[in-house]
Amino acid sequence: MIKNISNLGDAAIYCDFGQDVNEKINLNVVSYFNHLKELVKNNKVTGITNITPSYNKLIVSFDLKNTNYNEVKEIIENLQIKSDSHQNSKKIKIPICCDQEYALDLISLSNKLKISENEILEIHLSKEYFCYMNGFIAGMPFLGDIDKKIRVNRLETPRVRVPKGSVGITEQFCNIYTYESPGGWNIIGNTPKKIFNKLNFDNPLLISPGDKVSFYKITKKEYLNWYE
Amino acid sequence: MSETYLEVLRSGINTTIQDKGRHHLYHIGITVSGAMDQSKFKISNALVSNDLNEGAIEFAYQGPCLKLVNGNINIAITGDINFKILRKNLAEEEGKCFKNYFLEDGDQIDIISTKKSVFGYFAVEGGFKTDKVWNSFSINTKARVGPNNGEKFSLGQKIYINKSNIEKFSQKEIDYKFLNEKIIRVIKGTNYNYFSVNALDNFFNEEYTISNLSDRMGMRLEGPKLENIINTNIKSEGLVKGVIQVPADGKPIILFSDHGTIGGYPKIAVVISADYDKVVQLPPGSKIKFKEVSLINAENYFKDHINNIEKYIREIK
Repeated sequence: MIKNISNLGDAAIYCDFGQDVNEKINLNVVSYFNHLKELVKNNKVTGITNITPSYNKLIVSFDLKNTNYNEVKEIIENLQIKSDSHQNSKKIKIPICCDQEYALDLISLSNKLKISENEILEIHLSKEYFCYMNGFIAGMPFLGDIDKKIRVNRLETPRVRVPKGSVGITEQFCNIYTYESPGGWNIIGNTPKKIFNKLNFDNPLLISPGDKVSFYKITKKEYLNWYE
Repeated sequence: MSETYLEVLRSGINTTIQDKGRHHLYHIGITVSGAMDQSKFKISNALVSNDLNEGAIEFAYQGPCLKLVNGNINIAITGDINFKILRKNLAEEEGKCFKNYFLEDGDQIDIISTKKSVFGYFAVEGGFKTDKVWNSFSINTKARVGPNNGEKFSLGQKIYINKSNIEKFSQKEIDYKFLNEKIIRVIKGTNYNYFSVNALDNFFNEEYTISNLSDRMGMRLEGPKLENIINTNIKSEGLVKGVIQVPADGKPIILFSDHGTIGGYPKIAVVISADYDKVVQLPPGSKIKFKEVSLINAENYFKDHINNIEKYIREIK
């Protein structure tokens, strides 16, 4: 349930579901998201321009010309939420090349964690991850939870350009950069697989919330010859 | 009759089509985009009798040089811009912003540069001939979404125009007052209490300088380091334009219209909606100061801001 509602600037509402991150809380966030989205779709509410679910927060943006904080807050407080679940959850396998030129932060991670580069990769490849949300630029999937042994913070200063396909880790999470973009995650490899298909307007995402994702290692040759 | 288009003789630094933006897609990671300075964008459309949300060309710093091929068109440029019109008969006219012009086949418009600002707008009566992508004309070059395959315009391209003949041109012009505002008003962010007393004191009392690392995604600032006393990371969560986030290096970043939809740096403050068009126009090297306001005041300032734009638009009609 929502623990606290506050304003994020003058044109967005910040719904806080607490500090914990787990599948149960995430499902609750997604329930709120689905209900609100339905109201917007059926024109039952005006002025809402975006609804952004994340691990344990929901941000509702609105057009200050058409509504305001108090009005949208009331809509959220009056939502009747039934239990909900991720539908049609899929299992997806993602190829990843971890050669040095793709694994930009592997050496510094190894130094920071005092674990060998190979061991970091082995730990990462051995688990199946839950997709909590999509976002950032073009559907980047936020996956979790990675093993406690390889958890680190974001880079102190984010990179101006992270290459497309980069697989990054930070805290208990892992993600895939769908496009070249700025970013602060620790990069451990790169996938040639298309994660976001902008030509598919109905469903551009390969990985959606609730899906289960695992990674497998490929060679540089396989990476360069990847075809789909 | 052949189609009417503008040939790109020089592309400029970042020339794209923008409109009011793309909504309802944050949850799949597609950001809002749209004209950075919505006020100048809307006024550019008003000057050529368009729907206010018709797609217009946005340029930054150095603009494009465009040549009209076939037909005649009604155009207007808004912003604080140096530009020239080169007539087919070689006559040269100094361009004036916030005024519309009649261009004929063979005429060129050379948008030389923005003055003490970053973005300018070029609108044409009837709009540009292109399809909406996800319900918007906005080009998002980071995600490669929008018309022109999500890319900025490049040398030699043809930008097609819907309306190839203006039967009756009527001159329109307004006297737009630029406010060279260095005070940016903000509301406390959701991680305001992550920062030390000293950091908050710096943030609201010291000057910050806009760095060269500024674009449609965001603006990085240089100034006194903002010390975080709780955690320099938060769990990644949704973002909106205007959020000021502070990574571990203590230097604030203001998020703009092409911002990532999700991020994990603490939010110290959010620029109020009324001041967004102002802050995006400040070029690198400018010094700014932040001032805290309440939500209720921010809402009222926004009403004033909208009334001000509407006043200019009424003057045009």
